[in-house]
Parts: sequence; structure tokens; C-alpha cells
Amino acid sequence: MHLDEYKIKQNGLNIRIVKTEKFKTNQFVFKFKSLLTKDDVTARALLPYVLQSSTDKWPTTAIFRSHLDDLYGASAAVDVNKKGEYHILTFAVDVPNEKYLQDKTPLTEKALEVLSEMIFNPLLEDGVFSEKVTEAEKRTLMQKLKAVKDDKMRYASQRLVEEMCSDEAYALHPNGIETELERVTPESLFNTYNQMIQNDEVDLYIVGDVETDQIEALCNEKFSLGERENIYAKQQHIKIDESKKVVEKQQIKQGKLNIGYRSQTVYGDDDYLSMAVMNGILGGFPHSKLFINVREKESLAYYAASRLESHKGLIVIMSGVDPGKIEKAEEIIERQLELIKSGEISDQELSQTKAVMTNQMLETLDSPRGIVEVLYQGETAGIPVKIQDWFKGIEDVTKENVIKAANKLIKDTTYVLTAKEVAESA
Amino acid sequence: MHKKEFTQLNEALYMETMENGLQVCILPKKDFNKTFATFTTKYGSIDNQFVPLGEENLVQVPDGVAHFLEHKMFEKEEGDVFQKFSMNGASANAFTSFTRTAYLFSSTSHFEKNLDVLIDFVQSPYFTEETVEKEKGIIGQEITMYDDNADWRLYFGAIENMFKHHPVKVDIAGTVKSISSITKDHLYQCYHTFYHPSNMMLFIVGSVDPEDVMKYVRGNQQQKHFDPKEEIDRKFVDEPEEVNRAHHELHMDVQVAKCMVGIKSNEKDISGERLMKKELSVNTALDVLFGKTSKHYTALYEEGLIDDHFSYDFTQENNFGFALIGSNSSNPEKLSARIKQILLEEVKAPSISEEQLQSVKKKNIGGFLRSLNSPEFIANQFTRYAFNDMDLFEAVPVLETLTLEDVNEAFSELVSEDRMTSFYILPKVNG
Repeated sequence: MHLDEYKIKQNGLNIRIVKTEKFKTNQFVFKFKSLLTKDDVTARALLPYVLQSSTDKWPTTAIFRSHLDDLYGASAAVDVNKKGEYHILTFAVDVPNEKYLQDKTPLTEKALEVLSEMIFNPLLEDGVFSEKVTEAEKRTLMQKLKAVKDDKMRYASQRLVEEMCSDEAYALHPNGIETELERVTPESLFNTYNQMIQNDEVDLYIVGDVETDQIEALCNEKFSLGERENIYAKQQHIKIDESKKVVEKQQIKQGKLNIGYRSQTVYGDDDYLSMAVMNGILGGFPHSKLFINVREKESLAYYAASRLESHKGLIVIMSGVDPGKIEKAEEIIERQLELIKSGEISDQELSQTKAVMTNQMLETLDSPRGIVEVLYQGETAGIPVKIQDWFKGIEDVTKENVIKAANKLIKDTTYVLTAKEVAESA
Repeated sequence: MHKKEFTQLNEALYMETMENGLQVCILPKKDFNKTFATFTTKYGSIDNQFVPLGEENLVQVPDGVAHFLEHKMFEKEEGDVFQKFSMNGASANAFTSFTRTAYLFSSTSHFEKNLDVLIDFVQSPYFTEETVEKEKGIIGQEITMYDDNADWRLYFGAIENMFKHHPVKVDIAGTVKSISSITKDHLYQCYHTFYHPSNMMLFIVGSVDPEDVMKYVRGNQQQKHFDPKEEIDRKFVDEPEEVNRAHHELHMDVQVAKCMVGIKSNEKDISGERLMKKELSVNTALDVLFGKTSKHYTALYEEGLIDDHFSYDFTQENNFGFALIGSNSSNPEKLSARIKQILLEEVKAPSISEEQLQSVKKKNIGGFLRSLNSPEFIANQFTRYAFNDMDLFEAVPVLETLTLEDVNEAFSELVSEDRMTSFYILPKVNG
């Protein structure tokens, strides 16, 4: 398996083109990367939504979206997330490849125009963002921030990270902070925008059946960013003397038990793939120890899984458990990790995990967004991925590597969301 | 084997109905790493009253049994089926909807071994009292998880408002109470009735050679014995045209209120091209009225009545159907009033222009092309269409021929004041 990736650096922009005939559409993705900081996380979270709601050329959502509909339902989407302690803003446009249409509109060029207008030519009033647009998007973001509390699974995951990384930037939610949002004005937002354009590390990914020369020429014409420095977050190594436990109560029926561990290994480290396989054996899949023992053997939960935070060096366990059985679940979960540490891993568990991880990666490469995310994963860490190395690396992980990885884990925080006692009528 | 080519799309579909009645479809995707297969029975949560195979009298089974059966299919005497898939590097899953139960896997190697595992595990039931009892704990936690999920409660709240008797109103997984009465005999009874090959479809999409796969499936099926196929006798209680109740609301531990408007379809006994046209027409009308380019969307958004969770959708099945329009909202009451008003006004004075219709068509053609990137979409949707006597690949041609008249007619048939309902999720008042 290998990917044809063309890399071009042009006008302050890293362009990556993956040429493939696999898909019926062409995908264009801009990534803006900066450090995650309390000062601008909220304004940056708002920015993509303001930018995608209107542009100078297409000044209302309705006009903008009509234009996209006319490009055979081109989709324009934005997204805000974090990778380790980086804040990443994503702007993506996906258009049908004109070779599958009767009508031969030059959709590639049109897609790049959409991106260029959306990102670089925003709708402005008196030299700053429109007040009306800013206010409408603030309202939507405010609801989104409040709504996190309504999805108990997500809420518990977020609360664990907040408690666990309370002194680190990673505790920040990529969507920002409620109390900061009120303070954002069209002026302050425009300042943040200028900083994003001037300072962020910018990558553009193009996946599809496209002509490299044409893309290079079009990008040269449409995008001109000044030269800029690469952005690196220094890894903080947090020492833990004693793990802590946080218990919260709400009027809910199902309890959530989430446990966070420091893995002390991040993407690109020599033992990263060993850690990834360790995570797979512990709780990544339906054959993993957590699923088999917490769910299948003990019927304690519908879900019990673990996730690797690749750029931060954390392993997070999540489970939904009857409030009366949280202690029992906790004991079984911790025992599974102890078993791995002490080498109780069957050859089957190891080979199954490698096979499923390999399968999962190959599948990810079957979707345009998947290809972008895999490549960007490496770029963010400053260690570009050679996809064939990844497969070989997984294959080479031994049981001893896994045991070693497991023994690096240090329990940091246990977060429990549980039911209030019998609820009184309001 | 029958071959159907779609030259413009550069796709070809291969189909065959086996002697035992099983329908097999293969769509090769040569550049893909993965192969995706689904094995689906036309049996879902609404099929709770039927005449068991070989019997004469109608039975009613507990709510949630189709979903329970789905869970239990994975456990065999020799262990868990997930293990077999993961040994071959495949990931497997299953889901139950109102009308279907699907088992699936995706893999990038050992395709034939995985296909064997899929077909064999679905065609060899193994249930014991003990394993059935154990599963009640797991499914109980699944139900409880959804009980705390406000979006799910909103969705089912709106459906419960619409339907008085139809089993679509019951949560697919049932309730903790209803599943407590499920026994292994229920599972065998449902299995024997609904998992006959003639009630099932196998769909394979990915990097395969269709001839080889078909030969393989034939070989697998020839080794097994099946009873002669029989028409399944399913019963649905009479459901009135009007909604069960015009409004209901629920208080939960949430920060943001939610609003859903439901419109109950008056169509029953609809399938094939008529169903496809109906669905596409109503969805087109909703797209024009509520899509991001519409004046209504703009107004509702600017007034702060909706946020980017706003959604709308219309589904029609053979004996039930509904449209749902909803959002997180700071003012559910005002939002539901506005949505109803927009719908009723559109019936009175249709406003959709030819230009808007053409624009939505273009958007949906592009959307269809995009979904062909996804093996999951192709397999799941093709099967759903086929179970309703429709052909997924006819959707674009039918869409292209839709006229304003079709759209307006379908829309005005659907929308009627006595078939509308609203449901809210509201934050709990602390007292």
C-alpha cells in the first residue's frame, strides 16, 4: 500500500496533492494550525463559522449556499478541533468530478474559488466583520457550548480531560469558553482573523483525480500567504504523585466511569506504535479486554472502550455503567490493564489487534477525508507519515513491546458521573 | 448472474437470486482497499405481530425482540463471532431499524473467509436460557444510555406523538421491562420466520471479482438445507390517519431546549416507483423550504430560533411514514408555530419556483455522486430500496424527471393540520 503524495511549498502555503481515481468527487481541505491558548481559543472557534456563513462575493448564507448547489451540490464545511496542544481550523470543499456529469463546468477551479473567497475575502462592514453575522454565530456557538452538557458521554469525556490536564492547554475545549464568548466583538474577531492569516501554519490538501500542474497554477493565482514560521508545541511532561478521583452527580439513569492515564508517549516516538497496539488490546475493539470482560462476561456495560490521544500522550477509558455498579466496573477495568502489564496477552489477542488496526488504516485510506486526516496526523507532529512504514511498524510490534508500553502508563484521574439519589419532584 | 451497467457513473452491479430465494448483489470497486458486505433480513422492530412459520395463529412478541435477536446472533456455542472476524482483520457490526436487521463486516484481506463467517453465523442460530438472561444486562445498559440522550428522546417523543397503535412508536430496543420477558423460544420463533433466505439480501461492495464471489456464495448455500420459501404473514394494527396527540413535552437534565415537529404520512401500502417518487418529491419540497438557501432558514436562524442542529427529513416505508423538522432552540414554542405555519401556507399557496427545483435537483445529483464514494451507503441504501421494490440507481433518473406539479402534489398530500404534532425537550426546573 502506498500513496502518491505531491508536496509543493508555495507562497507560504504547504500544498499536498494525492492523485487517485478512486472517488467520484474531489476534496480540497485547508488546515490552519496554531497553539491552543486560553486567550484566543474562543474567537478562533467562532471564526470558521463566521467565514462560512457569508463572503464578500456571496454576502448571505442563502446566496453562498445557492452558489454551492449550482456547483452540483458542492459541500463546504468547517470544523474546529485540537490535536495535542494545537488548535486546528479546517475548511473543506468537496465537489463532484465533472467527468461523471453531462455538464462540463470546471468544478476544480470553482472549488478553489469557493475556498479562496470563504477564507480570504470575508464579508466586512466598516473594515471588520458584520455585526449581525457575528452575533448570529455567537448565539449558535453559545448553544453548542451549553449543549455539551446534554450529551452525557461527551460531557464525561470532556470533564475528565479538564480535571486531568487542569494546568495544561490541553484542558481547553476547541470550541472555546462560554464566558469568553460574550466578550468577542466584530473588531476583536477581525484581529484574531488577521493573526490567523498571518501566523498560522497553513496546509492545503487535495485528493482526487486532478492535474497537479493545473492545481499548482491555480493555487499560485488564488492564494498568497506571507512566509511564516513553523509552529511547535513543547511537550510538557507532567509528574503525578498520586492519582485523583472526581465524582459529579446529575439527574441521569446511567453512570459514566472514565479513567485517564498518562502514556508518556506521543505520535512519532519510537514506541508510539507499541502504545497504539497496547491500546487496541486493552479497549480499542470488540475483541479487546475491556469489551470482553466488562461487557460480555459481566454484562456491566453497553460500552467500555479506551482511546489513545495520539498527540498528547494520554490513554482514556470510557464506560457507561449502572450507578450501583461503578466500583465493580472500576475494579475489573483496572485489572485488565494489570493483566497486560504482567504479560497476560495471548498470541491471538496480539495478532487480532494488529490485523484489525491494519484493516482500519486501509479503510481510512478509502475515504478522501480519511486520507487527509492520516497525512495531517504526521504533519502536525512534524513527522510526515510514510504509509508503508506505518504498516511495517505495526507488524513489528512484539508482545514485549506491548508489555513495556503498558508499564509506562500512570493513572492520573478517575472521573465518575453518577445519579443523584431519588429525584424529588420539581 | 444478471449484470446492470451504469456507464456514466462507471459502475456495474451484478445480481442473482439463489434457488433458496436469497438475493445476492455485488458492486465491484476495483481501486478500493476494503470490501464491505451486508447480510440483511427484512425484519425490524415493527414486525411484532405475525404468523410464525409453519403455524396458523397470529402471535405478538415482546417489544425489542428483533434487536435482542441481533445481539444474540453473535454468540455461538464455540464463542463470540467478533473474535473470528478480528482474527481475519475484519471489523464486524450489526444494526436493527424499524424495518431491517443488518449484519455487516468490512475487511481488507481474507475476504472469502470473512464472507463465510458472515453467512454462516447469520444462518446458524444458537440461543440458550443462560445467554439470553445475560444479554438482558447489556441491552438494559444500552436502553438506559439512550434514556439519558436528549436527541433520541426527542426523536422518539415526536414519533410517539404521531402514532397511536403502530409499533414504530416503540423504541427499537424495547424497554427494560419488555425485554425482561424475552425467552430463547421467542428468539427461535422470530429467527425461523424472518431469517429464511428468501427474506434476505446479501450485498457485497469492494475490491472483488463478481464471478468468483457468486460462485463462492452458491457453494456455501448448496451445503445447507432450507425449508421451502413461504410468504410471511405480518399484521399491522389499524392506525388512524390523525396524530395520536398534537403536542407533548418532556423535562430533562439539559441546558438547551429542543423542538421537533412531526408530520404523519397518510400513505399506506406504497412501494416501487410510486414510493420513490413520493419520497424524492417531499424531500425536494423540504429542501426548497428549509434548506440553507431558503428564506425561511435565513429568517429562523437570524431570529435565533434555530442553530446548526436544524434538520429535516421525510421517510416513507410500506405502512408508515413521517417527516421530522427540528432543532435545538431557545424558544421551542415559537419555532414549532413557525414551522407549522410555513408548511400550511405552502399548501395553500405553493411558492416553489422552477429555478429552485432545478437547483435542488443539481445539489442532490452531486450528493448522490458523493455517496457513491461510500461502500456503506451503497450497500445499506441499495438493500433498503430493494426491500421496498425500488432500485437505488434509478433515484437520479427519477429525480431528474420530477416536475413542480409532482413536488407540490406530494407535499400537499402529506401536509395537513390534523397530522402535525410537536414535541419539546425542556430543561428541568430546579425545585
